[in-house]
Amino acid sequence: MTTTEMMTLKTEPFVLNFGPVHPSTHGVYRMRATLDGEVILDIEPVVGYLHRGIEKLAEERTFSGFIPLTDRLDYISPMSNNLAYCLAVEKLAGIKIPERGEYLRVIMAELQRLANHCVAVGSFLNDCGAYYTPFMYTFREREKIVDLFDMVCGQRLTYNYMRIGGVSQDIPEEFLPALKKLVKQLARFIEEYERLLKQNEILLARTKGVGILSRETAINCGISGPVARASGVAWDLRKADSYSVYDRFQFDIPVGEAGDSYDRYRVRIEEMRQSLRIIEQAMKDVPGGPVRAELPHLIRPPRGEAYGHLEAPKGELGFYIVSDGSIAPYRCHIRPTSLINLSALREMVKGWKVADLIAIFGSIDITMGEVDR
Amino acid sequence: MTQVYAVKDLAARLEERFPGSLEESDGDSLVVRAGSLLAVMAYLKDTVGLEFDYLNYITAVDYYSYFEVVYQLTSLTHNHTVVVKTRCQGRNNPSVPSVTGLWGGADFQEREIYDLMGIGFKGHPNLKRIFLWEGFPGHPLRKDFVP
Repeated sequence: MTTTEMMTLKTEPFVLNFGPVHPSTHGVYRMRATLDGEVILDIEPVVGYLHRGIEKLAEERTFSGFIPLTDRLDYISPMSNNLAYCLAVEKLAGIKIPERGEYLRVIMAELQRLANHCVAVGSFLNDCGAYYTPFMYTFREREKIVDLFDMVCGQRLTYNYMRIGGVSQDIPEEFLPALKKLVKQLARFIEEYERLLKQNEILLARTKGVGILSRETAINCGISGPVARASGVAWDLRKADSYSVYDRFQFDIPVGEAGDSYDRYRVRIEEMRQSLRIIEQAMKDVPGGPVRAELPHLIRPPRGEAYGHLEAPKGELGFYIVSDGSIAPYRCHIRPTSLINLSALREMVKGWKVADLIAIFGSIDITMGEVDR
Repeated sequence: MTQVYAVKDLAARLEERFPGSLEESDGDSLVVRAGSLLAVMAYLKDTVGLEFDYLNYITAVDYYSYFEVVYQLTSLTHNHTVVVKTRCQGRNNPSVPSVTGLWGGADFQEREIYDLMGIGFKGHPNLKRIFLWEGFPGHPLRKDFVP
């Protein structure tokens, strides 16, 4: 081939399909990536493979009968989903929760955050190419948290533990000693994990400066949770719109600067430390008394609407509920953290290589159950 | 704690700035006429002192005689929040203006409402069904939907 011929050669963009069944897509997410060679020009997300119509199902169930379905939203952190829904109904009906119930809620929600971040950082490193070794470490620790959940509610994945007005049952005697032990173990584990990975050269090369999400874009796209905080948005609903008894505990909000994949990873690790701090304070003074308010079997909130939200492990999770005074919600909208956090993915991956797409996508931490609902 | 912005004050300011833009403002939310929605939203987003820069969520409710589209806005600077609503009549192709130009996060949520509730968003760059496939009969979240 002559040089002149080479000069006139053109590359052509082509479409590569990721998923819905692909090891990197965390479920049944699908992307249609337009590539120029290995460089990403654009991506188009295709969702809906796990759509079960949960918002419609809510309209045919009683207020408390909907709680088990919330487990199926973000199935990595069902405790937070339960709690967000209960907070919304309690706001609508003006229900007060006994102190002991509030403390148990905080402990469970923070344990859930730890369990979620274990999965999040494990699968993120998986996506970075550290195939399954870090995942095994984090799953080993998550297992211990799941054992505690099993102890309080008899379930390992779909807990259905929160109730409108409190929690379903009191903790058994052996729970608090086991929790104490676990907190110590987890603190050690985070240090160990950090030693292995904080300065790991491969991790740094794959994530430092990759997939930058600017502060402005994060706010404009409604991004929340660790992803937004890694971009410098110091916004955590546990402090900004404090709910339950979070205002009684000391903790910090870890914030990143660069907004790259590495910062998102770091923020999650730091949040795990803060969660341990909250649990340590909470378990010291769990008050006695009932764990659940006395309520009629069928709850009929007055006509009206309410939006209850909380800082779920992935970001702001909220329920907008409209009541017409009957035993079932007239409308129940779920603010899907995972779906909204994907809004900025397109901006984040443009210009990066295919392998980076996987790592950037992994650093957002989504669950398809919540994207599709 | 996030403060709910006093709707009365806001309604008075809006009535002065955009006469006739409000349909109703009692209770906890502003009900804006669809025609003035974009102007009001831009005002809420960019005015110093209000700066509602964060769109929490968009959703829609079917009240049989009309659809209500609900927006919750929060200011991360001032930590206050407000609920803005707009209504559209008619069950055949109701539509409201799209706010994707103001908040990028509205993109998927408006597509979701279009898909499940059948409300169009004028000016949306890529308005097509998001969860269900093209050709799916009807919009499941409508109250008169029969599977």
